Amino acid sequence: MHELAICQALISQVEEIAGQRTARVRQVRVGIGPLSGIEPQLLESAYPLACAGTRAEGSVLEIEHTDVRVRCRGCGAETMAAPNRLVCGVCGDWHTDLLAGDELLLLRVELETRQCEAEAPRV
Amino acid sequence: MCEDCGCTVTQTSVKDAGTVEVLGRLLDANNRAAGHNREHFNSHHVVAFNLMSSPGAGKTALLEVTIEALKSDFRLAVIEGDLETDNDARRIRAHGVPAVQINTGSACHLDARMIHEALHDLPLSKLDIIFIENVGNLVCPASFDLGQHRNVVLLSATEGDDKPAKYPVMFRAADLVLLTKMDLAPVIEDFDPLRAERAFRDLANAAPVIPLSARRATNLEPWVAWLRNEIARIRSTQAATQELHEPHHGHHHSAVA
Repeated sequence: MHELAICQALISQVEEIAGQRTARVRQVRVGIGPLSGIEPQLLESAYPLACAGTRAEGSVLEIEHTDVRVRCRGCGAETMAAPNRLVCGVCGDWHTDLLAGDELLLLRVELETRQCEAEAPRV
Repeated sequence: MCEDCGCTVTQTSVKDAGTVEVLGRLLDANNRAAGHNREHFNSHHVVAFNLMSSPGAGKTALLEVTIEALKSDFRLAVIEGDLETDNDARRIRAHGVPAVQINTGSACHLDARMIHEALHDLPLSKLDIIFIENVGNLVCPASFDLGQHRNVVLLSATEGDDKPAKYPVMFRAADLVLLTKMDLAPVIEDFDPLRAERAFRDLANAAPVIPLSARRATNLEPWVAWLRNEIARIRSTQAATQELHEPHHGHHHSAVA
């Protein structure tokens, strides 16, 4: 259950972005691959806990799932693969390079701008 | 945490009034702290190995025989990660090697910040090698870079040879796989070292696989030879980098971070 630790890291990045604009967070979008070591369902259940008392409290977490893709060093083919079988889909060789599937990315933060203006100091 | 590890999110751009496009790794803060640990290891010519496995795969027993094999040639230290107790650190200290115990409480893995704090309790300038014995767990430790130079993953004969297929993230991160408790393999019909290696190769990892038994001290030579070889390689990189970057990083490690 390291998803809570990951979530806390996510929230601290999000808070920094929101803090720079003195805004509250409405939605957070992350990209997660099957080889990232993160279980999306556990991340979703940890999210409200990590958000509590922060600018992201009450915000929605959106998870973009990515597929596993490999490129064969032998035949050069680019194919989809299962997370525990990263072999070439064409020739079956295991000498492949991972092209996608281990992502663990913060992609987008949506802020509540109206509240942002209300909170901003009047000139 | 060191002041020079302070974090800012990389690459943000405002798309419209309320949306910020970000391209940052979620574990950026940990990765930066790990990079910082690695700088400390490199500037002190210390080589760090991270040992990972399920609980009870034999990490501490392996370290005990490894210490005996290396301690006349290298100055060693061990960082022990466990949820509770300092049993493992006491076993290591009995071999005359300094050991720092990190108790993670309920946390299932070590992270770079914990290692950084443990480094304050070790005399880096008087060490050649640090072994980090991670928390016994085939899932979480794989996601956290600690600043180590190499990852060693243990798979014991009692666990079953399909572990690489069940825990691909962990085994993909391995620079070496040790099949441990091989003295028990003859009585465990389900364990076939060749099947274990095949499941591991399916993860597109070309790292060596060495079967051994720490208890019976069998086939330890290839493991110790691998260690010596990697230590030599890492040290030559450290020496070359230091020539390029002299004078280096001036953070004093005796100070409280």
